[in-house]
Amino acid sequence: MAKKTINIENGNCTGGKKTYTISAFSENHIGLLNRITIIFTRRQVNIDSLTVSGSALPGIHKFTIVVHDCLEKVQKVVEQIEKLVEVLKAFYHTEEEVIHQEIALYKVPTKALLVSNKVEETIRKHSARILEVRPEYTVIELTGHKEETQELFDELSKYGLLQFTRSGRIAVTRSSKEVFTNYMKEIGKETVEYEKN
Amino acid sequence: MNPVFHNSATMKTKQDKNAKIYPSEKVRVTGAEAIMLSLINEGVDTIFGYPGGAIMPAYDALMNYSDKLKHILTRHEQGAIHAAEGYARVTGRVGVCMATSGPGATNLITGITNAMMDSTPLVCITGQVAAGLLGTDAFQETDVIGITMPVTKWNFLITKPEEIPSIMAQAFYIAKTGRPGPVVIDVAKNAQFGMLDYEYHKCKKMRSYAPEPRISLDNLKAASSLINKAKRPYILAGQGILLGNAEQEFLDFVEKSGVPVGWTILGSCALPKDHPQNIGMLGMHGNYSANILTNECDVLIAVGMRFDDRVTGDLNRYAKQAKIIHLEIDKAEINKIVKVDVPLLGDVKYTLPLLTKLIEKRSHAKWINRFKELDKIEYEKVIKRDFFPDKPGLTMGEVIHRINEKTQGDAIIVTDVGQHQMFASRYAKLNSTRSFVTSGGLGTMGFGLPAAHGAKIGKPEKQVILFVGDGGFQMTIQELSTINQTRAAVKIVLLNNKYLGMVRQWQQLFFDKRYSETYLLNPDFIKVAEGFGIKGKKVIERPMLDAAIQEMLDYEGPYLLEVSIEKEDNVFPMVPTGASVSEIILEQQK
Ligand SMILES: Cc1ncc(C[n+]2csc(CCOP(=O)(O)OP(=O)(O)O)c2C)c(N)n1
Ligand SMILES: [Mg+2]
Repeated sequence: MAKKTINIENGNCTGGKKTYTISAFSENHIGLLNRITIIFTRRQVNIDSLTVSGSALPGIHKFTIVVHDCLEKVQKVVEQIEKLVEVLKAFYHTEEEVIHQEIALYKVPTKALLVSNKVEETIRKHSARILEVRPEYTVIELTGHKEETQELFDELSKYGLLQFTRSGRIAVTRSSKEVFTNYMKEIGKETVEYEKN
Repeated sequence: MNPVFHNSATMKTKQDKNAKIYPSEKVRVTGAEAIMLSLINEGVDTIFGYPGGAIMPAYDALMNYSDKLKHILTRHEQGAIHAAEGYARVTGRVGVCMATSGPGATNLITGITNAMMDSTPLVCITGQVAAGLLGTDAFQETDVIGITMPVTKWNFLITKPEEIPSIMAQAFYIAKTGRPGPVVIDVAKNAQFGMLDYEYHKCKKMRSYAPEPRISLDNLKAASSLINKAKRPYILAGQGILLGNAEQEFLDFVEKSGVPVGWTILGSCALPKDHPQNIGMLGMHGNYSANILTNECDVLIAVGMRFDDRVTGDLNRYAKQAKIIHLEIDKAEINKIVKVDVPLLGDVKYTLPLLTKLIEKRSHAKWINRFKELDKIEYEKVIKRDFFPDKPGLTMGEVIHRINEKTQGDAIIVTDVGQHQMFASRYAKLNSTRSFVTSGGLGTMGFGLPAAHGAKIGKPEKQVILFVGDGGFQMTIQELSTINQTRAAVKIVLLNNKYLGMVRQWQQLFFDKRYSETYLLNPDFIKVAEGFGIKGKKVIERPMLDAAIQEMLDYEGPYLLEVSIEKEDNVFPMVPTGASVSEIILEQQK
């Protein structure tokens, strides 16, 4: 019907948008990252950060994905991720349920440290580390929540930040139940099992 | 009870069981031969396909196994994949198709998507350029894995010959277990040419893939207590019942519970149409009572269906009063569309009997009567007019009705997409399972003719009747040539209204009769068919109809029956977009 606007947005966002950390564990297969991101793209969920790395278990990859969206949408996305053939398990967590960190690197002109002690004070205040000092530049590292690395970014910007980079989030759960580790014990080590003839 | 309902459980296993692993000892073969051997080991005997450069080694190997593998050369890859779908739907086996790289593979995309939407098990084998050329824009190189990723259950690019046996085993396992779906295996040309020591083992488990979720006994109890307390329960039957070969288990559940049953378009064979508890089709062009009373039931029992928007209408006004139980194999379907009170995860083959055990034997005669009362209104306002029109122009409804009279539901009905599809789903008599083949989720015009061909190849003993529109017929009309080559006796009923009828109907109802680009200047279809080697007849008047139908049914080969249909023959009832199911209309509103 042309004249009537149709409400297709049925996922009523009851709790409003919040930040969630999605973690997915998978077999190590080519193309899986693509398969997972397609799920977000299709549902118009924006990915704030994404980290992929080997997990504690050999041959198993971990995806950590941060999104800011409605619970209902996040739940559906997680279900779709877990449905992928090569994904072992997928979870989502609220901010309260995880301990998380991001790492940030800041490259500032060494001159800025020499002309006053402002930069040094700032580094101390944030408990940041100096990784390398060269005549032209100094590289500083800070690990923390995004707000913390952002704060340092804002302050260092005043002194002519040359480069800045921030990693995606990594996280562990606060819960003392190791759901995934236990699950893996249950399902065994064989990736694929074949029939004997 | 109808005996034909019992044969289905064996179907899925037939393909598994009759294949002994072949050869019994390790052999040194080419990758191309390994593909053929793997197909044979998975019980495949029919392949639909089309050759080309990158798949030539496989086609060459095929010649060595022509006694075990029948190949049907279609006239377009879309024809091959829809035929494989039709074949899979009626047999319950995995449909197999084969195509070359690049354009061959991209021509499969519509069918792959269709199979994904309708949970049809397929294994599609595509040729790919040699591994060393990947990513170089080589001749006919396409990123088939990338393109098909969102529309396959699984896909894999084979670059080494030794990967073939294990990947083929996984492909079949994934395609047919759990919620079935299409799998694409892209095989680089070097992997087809290369040698390997071939040994085949079927796949039995993948640790990252749980096709059958665990059944919760607590939820079973909760579901049964809801059902036992219900005053106006209502069952929604979906294709999951067919896919799980659980027609008998469903029938037992239905008869013990005494609950009325509405069905989705793909669930139309879940229960014989003449069963007293069969209420009719759900959704946009479904039955009047089946829709209206959705909003009056107190417990909704959804079995292997996914609450498509064509079924639910406006979700904010869909069964809000009811407690909802959802029996489903795919966990991602739970709460995807409708918030469920009791999810019952698992294969309905197992969950249904468990539930049947826990429920009381009941009859809901009064409640079923409510449906029957509304049925009378639908009969008076819609069905009577469709079956026995008082105008000279022929209607789609009456053609289907006349064919029903002759087949008595003992035929496989295939449709294309459009008005004729809705008439066929509403009116076709069906007594046996897997006897209705249509493109549900994707609504793919052009699906019908090749799918009917595949259905006939899969079930040669059955009468296969296709209902197709003049628009959709022309989308894959080249498959007439394939049909002429196989001489598969597909009976094509072309319901020609000279329009893209379904779109025209919407234009009439919702766009002030502005018939933008829906009129078709059509060819002489009988001559076209004749050119393809297929006999045909055109019916323009009512008195000719019965004899022409009989002639078509009696003819031993493929046959085209074209029927001229009244242009403004509309499908009703209708739940207009955005309306609630209980606002279903019976006729055009002023
Ligand atoms: C491939 C494709 N293109 C477009 C559509 C949109 N569409 C749905 S029904 C329809 C008209 C079908 O016309 P016809 O085949 O003559 O069948 P009728 O409705 O007249 O019975 C169209 C264009 C579609 N479903 N599929
Ligand atoms: Mg038409």
